[in-house]
Amino acid sequence: MNALTGTGRLLRLALRRDRFVLAFWVLGLTGFLLGTTHMSVVGLPTHHDVVNETRFMATNPGMRLMSLSAGASIGAYAMSRSYLTVAVLAAVMSVLCVVRHTRQNEETGRDELLRAGVVGPAAGVVAAVIVALAADLALAPLLGLAMIANGQPVAGSLAAGAAVAAVGVAFAGVAALTSQLASSARGASGLGLAGVAVAFALSGVGNMLGHVDASGLVASSAWPTWLSPIGWGFELRPFGGDHWWVLVLPAILAAAFIVVAARYAARRDLGRGVLAAKAGRAQASPRLRGPFGLAWRLQRNAFIAWLVTVIGFGLIFGSVSGSARTMTGNMREWYLRMGGTSHLLDAFFTSMIELAGMMVAAYVVQALLRMREEESRGRLEPVLAGAVSRPRWVASQLMTAGLGATALLAGFAAAMALAAGLVVGGTPGLLRDLVVAALAQMPAVLVIAGAVLAVFALLPRRAVAVSWLLLATSILLSPVFGASLRLPQWAIHLSPFAHQKAPALAVGTGAVVVVLACAVAFGVAGFAAFRRRDLVA
Amino acid sequence: MTAAISVGGLVKSYGSRRALDQLDLTVLAGEVHGFLGPNGAGKTTTLRILLGLLRKDGGAASVLGMDPWRDAAALHRRLAYVPGEVSLWPNLTGGEVIDLLGSLRGGLDRARRAELIERFQLDPTKKCRAYSKGNRQKVALVAAFAAGAELYLLDEPTSGLDPLMAAVFADCVREAHAAGAAVLLSSHILSEVEALCGRVTIIRAGRTADTGSFEELRHLTRTTVVVETARPLDGLAGLPGVHDVMVNDRRAELSVDHADLNRVLEHFVACGVRSLTTTPPTLEELFLRHYQDAGDAMGGSAAAGATGDAETTGRIAEIEEAVA
Repeated sequence: MNALTGTGRLLRLALRRDRFVLAFWVLGLTGFLLGTTHMSVVGLPTHHDVVNETRFMATNPGMRLMSLSAGASIGAYAMSRSYLTVAVLAAVMSVLCVVRHTRQNEETGRDELLRAGVVGPAAGVVAAVIVALAADLALAPLLGLAMIANGQPVAGSLAAGAAVAAVGVAFAGVAALTSQLASSARGASGLGLAGVAVAFALSGVGNMLGHVDASGLVASSAWPTWLSPIGWGFELRPFGGDHWWVLVLPAILAAAFIVVAARYAARRDLGRGVLAAKAGRAQASPRLRGPFGLAWRLQRNAFIAWLVTVIGFGLIFGSVSGSARTMTGNMREWYLRMGGTSHLLDAFFTSMIELAGMMVAAYVVQALLRMREEESRGRLEPVLAGAVSRPRWVASQLMTAGLGATALLAGFAAAMALAAGLVVGGTPGLLRDLVVAALAQMPAVLVIAGAVLAVFALLPRRAVAVSWLLLATSILLSPVFGASLRLPQWAIHLSPFAHQKAPALAVGTGAVVVVLACAVAFGVAGFAAFRRRDLVA
Repeated sequence: MTAAISVGGLVKSYGSRRALDQLDLTVLAGEVHGFLGPNGAGKTTTLRILLGLLRKDGGAASVLGMDPWRDAAALHRRLAYVPGEVSLWPNLTGGEVIDLLGSLRGGLDRARRAELIERFQLDPTKKCRAYSKGNRQKVALVAAFAAGAELYLLDEPTSGLDPLMAAVFADCVREAHAAGAAVLLSSHILSEVEALCGRVTIIRAGRTADTGSFEELRHLTRTTVVVETARPLDGLAGLPGVHDVMVNDRRAELSVDHADLNRVLEHFVACGVRSLTTTPPTLEELFLRHYQDAGDAMGGSAAAGATGDAETTGRIAEIEEAVA
């Protein structure tokens, strides 16, 4: 028996466990690229539009943080818009997949059971990596096909698919390593995702510090981009030279990390990591005592990550607001239609704040679905076995999520106002207007919160899927997307996000009251139903 | 004396499956009451109803004179609970969880907390994700016993503890009893119940099979006798009240109903007794017989064995689930 004995069996087990999860990831990413590329095709009917938009993307430093323009073609433009999203998601898919089959197995004790069989110590990590690599390699041709289906050149399309897949491959290697470094599943995926964030930051900074050629259409990066697996995908330049040789870099990185990880796995004790688990406090701080303290403690890390993210977005959007003022063509029309005003800058802010409302609603969904996780994992039982009434427990969760959402919206608006103030001036006024406009999104966010509570109370076993489905529907029906999908006005009005247009228009108090009433109705239904039902695993 | 727990005709169904079917249970104030039954008999369901985590479908239940569903929060200030499967927040330390659970009940005794952590040899600075099953159990036990409740609901509380820690647990139960608290101890470890409990309720398939003190229950059962005689033992099997006879010439092993003990001894004496050992019935035997008889009634399957098999099958199913 050597360190890899049993890899085949573990591989089959991992594939069996992941057959739906990975299929959803791969097909979901393919569908996303299919859709966004289609939007670019439809949104840029003439070559003139393509040139205009590409120039905007290539010359604007804020936009370059997220893209590296490769020339004036629909394919290159679609990549500028979507590559980063798809690449980051592919990296996340790889990290979660590898951790699921390594550290998580180990933490839950399954690995012990498996390793008691004829299974070598490194078989688990190698099997996990193979599964993740298989998903990444399936992604490459499918993403290529998604672009080819939109009429894009074959070579560029396949290069685009390969660029994304390479990011996934690199992070499968990174996760193999982090799953050996950390001694908990959460630590391993946290380290892996931190790696994704660092890769994003490096490529963003590298792209921003780069320069644009004389035509204003092709951007090239500075050196930091070359240090980042996400940056390598930019450097492959799909639809702009197709530098296939760049793929050597992620291959070398992944191979090296996997070999190190497998070597270490073969030598270490079960349950050990390079980074030992730290001892914590022997006593709870006064803040932790009580259901509110617990709810905040469980949300804290996620909240901080969200806050950093929305502030980052706020700064980026604020810094591009200057160019938004001079936008032309299709983009200009889109913002004007979205914002419902002829004042382009206000229209831009309005649409950004609407997007922020949706992001924050996603935070609230995630935060409130914690309730279901607590219940299904059996951790609600000891809480309710204390002197905590069900309404008080639900209130603590709602309050934490609601205050968090308020802080996120305010943080986003303040960041956007500060960055925009540097570009267009008038910071104090902007700060006030944008924060008020962002807080006007809260009623819509609360509708989603109320709906999640009602779903949790009435359909506990389906709560996760139904809640996200409700949010996705509300987003699709919202003016940002509903209008592009040419949905009728009444359908758009069904979305809670359709009823405020600040700062373009004054905050509609009537709409605030009506939307809040919906939120309260959902919330009351949820409270009442949860008081009456059994706890279910 | 008033009852700490009084349950009558309790019914609970999960869909078409009846988990509790007319269950009766009375725990008197200040007594340690054993709640015995095999896996799946409905012990945990009963405890969850008593905690107001599940809603009863029928019957009556009152805990410390309160309605466990309606008065849940107020009631929980007065009781402490240790779940069978202790699931904790992976990113909190054991010490934090003890304080948290204590504060949710309305505070705990700091000195008692420190003493219990010492006695259970728990490291309170470790994150819960790093704890073994036994250590998670200790966290729940420390949180419960540091609280000083009027009633303790303990659901198979020693299932992950080693014998030394199980002894510490037993001391804690005795201390709670001495302090006047009532304890409902659900278990399938019979020796533990026998050592700690004054009365027991045996539950099978959601129904109370028997309840009473050990003395009362022992009357229902048989004494095991091993005897050696001078002359060969004949005709033992024909005697009334004699069961499970194994005769090997002049040595016999058998069990005897209490009522018929005298007559059987006379028979031995007639054969010239050389040595005689009698073993009083353990709860173990009582327990096995309950299911044996029930099994016979249900079609002759050896229910004691079947219980074991069901447990093994359950474990395998759990493992498969975990792998999937």
